[in-house]
Amino acid sequence: MSLHTASIGELARGLAAGQYSAVELARHFLDRIGRFNPALNAFVTVTADEALAAAAAADASRAAGRAGVLTGVPIAHKDIFCTQGVKTSCGSRMLDNFIAPYDATVVSRMAAAGVVYLGKTNMDEFAMGSSNETSWYGPVRNPWDPSRVPGGSSGGSAAAVAGRLVPAATGTDTGGSIRQPAALVGISGIKPTYGRVSRYGMIAFASSLDQAGIMAPSAEDCAYLLGAMAGFDPRDSTSVDRPVPDYVAELATPLAGLRIGVLREFMGEGLEAGTGDRVREAIDVYRRLGATVVDVSCPKLPLSVPTYYVVAPAECSSNLSRFDGVRFGYRCENPRDLLDLYQRSRAEGFGPEVQRRIMTGTYVLSAGYYDAYYLQAQKVRSLIADDFRRAFTEVDLILCPTAPGPAFPIGAKVDDPVTMYLNDIYTIGANLAGLPAMSIPCGFDGALPVGLQLIGPHFSESRMLSAAHAYQRETDWHVRVPAAYA
Amino acid sequence: MSLTRQDVEGIARLARLKVSDADLEVYAGSLSKILAFVEQLSTVETAAVEPMAHPLAGEAQRLRPDAVSESNHRELYQRNAPQVEAGLYVVPKVIE
Repeated sequence: MSLHTASIGELARGLAAGQYSAVELARHFLDRIGRFNPALNAFVTVTADEALAAAAAADASRAAGRAGVLTGVPIAHKDIFCTQGVKTSCGSRMLDNFIAPYDATVVSRMAAAGVVYLGKTNMDEFAMGSSNETSWYGPVRNPWDPSRVPGGSSGGSAAAVAGRLVPAATGTDTGGSIRQPAALVGISGIKPTYGRVSRYGMIAFASSLDQAGIMAPSAEDCAYLLGAMAGFDPRDSTSVDRPVPDYVAELATPLAGLRIGVLREFMGEGLEAGTGDRVREAIDVYRRLGATVVDVSCPKLPLSVPTYYVVAPAECSSNLSRFDGVRFGYRCENPRDLLDLYQRSRAEGFGPEVQRRIMTGTYVLSAGYYDAYYLQAQKVRSLIADDFRRAFTEVDLILCPTAPGPAFPIGAKVDDPVTMYLNDIYTIGANLAGLPAMSIPCGFDGALPVGLQLIGPHFSESRMLSAAHAYQRETDWHVRVPAAYA
Repeated sequence: MSLTRQDVEGIARLARLKVSDADLEVYAGSLSKILAFVEQLSTVETAAVEPMAHPLAGEAQRLRPDAVSESNHRELYQRNAPQVEAGLYVVPKVIE
């Protein structure tokens, strides 16, 4: 067993047995980052010194008998999470000079569990994108084919995990930004229920949709780390006060009797054949494992993309008004007056996709258009949530593809925003309804990975992870590594 | 819904974004495309539907007591500011 293909559970056991130290583990992965990151561009910042110090501290706490399960396990954080004393760019020129003065709750919780972070991963600017091409730091490359995108917005985390530069990485998901890149690089990724994981210190994009989660090769890996991230946080007013299950212990929940709904609206038009075939094969695996499979319908779900592209830009235009060139972030040279300072700092600090979304949001919220666009979108959002609620009276989990096709070439969709937005057609619904959802690898279309999406009722992460785990005990897609990274 | 250059100029002013003349045309094109795409929402019958602002039904956002819970971090926070002087943020002169 080589260290970089070991699971989180195997690493935890190896550390506990003294087979290697946390410092040795950190060095192993830092070496891989040094070797492979120049080609992938998965990291914005590598925090080698801080990581080795944290790893040494992890080893010391183990020697003192104070180690937890995850003490010394290395990961990476998406550069949207504030990390005290370390640049937190959000993929934007606006925050290229921003040194976070505090840790996000996700970061501090993981640190308290002894997890060691090795760096900050590249991402679409302010998490706005589906290909990682809107980053100020340039596109990330897909380890399966460097001419293709890794998906987005958590593209750096996805590529880093797929290339086994880190065993796992955090992500955020506003419209599919964990699941779609997980699918496009052949790893697992879970977006928990809205409110399950604290968003304190996670730079806001669209506050009624944003949720943090984790990306790793397997559902079991995700279970280990989600447990360390989740839970109530008084610093996030949308955080939900509910006990966190033992996700690892509950992985063993038997699949028999599980009722699975196959989402009719997402298995037809617009779905590429190579992806549809793999998803149908995965559904057959579930049938063999003893699940009951039925068709379900969510007739309003095809409206989720237009709904999202009103709601998300509206919230983004409000959230991003804080970037004013005064208190933190980029400021233009020689402002003529205060208005010039605002307008040029924002125009020079934000990239074109972010500006487009700010303007879309400004427009749909402006006087005379609010009812027609924003209020109507919020009503359609209710209808979409109702569709899911009805479906979950009949089934425990919904299965469908994560993305309409595999990874597309870099540059293929940058000229037409609507075409790019449609790549998220299968993932956005879960965000609008606040539902947990995950993507797991279910095979290949040619040489490119395909993802299967699981969507569940609120707070059903445990059931979802155990269902994904049951599939991964029968298949080996999640342990496939691109040849150059094996 | 098709936006003109003048429309985009107005939106950009509200959004405090300086858009160059050349880019006005580009944004007018892409914003019009987006608005045409979301236009399909208007065909949905929603007269009896409540708008949804929070994804968890019945979960109201908590309020906390209005009590001091943080210490003063001004110096730390101002390290990220483009320009400060004597603990104050400096901006171009506003009042002549």
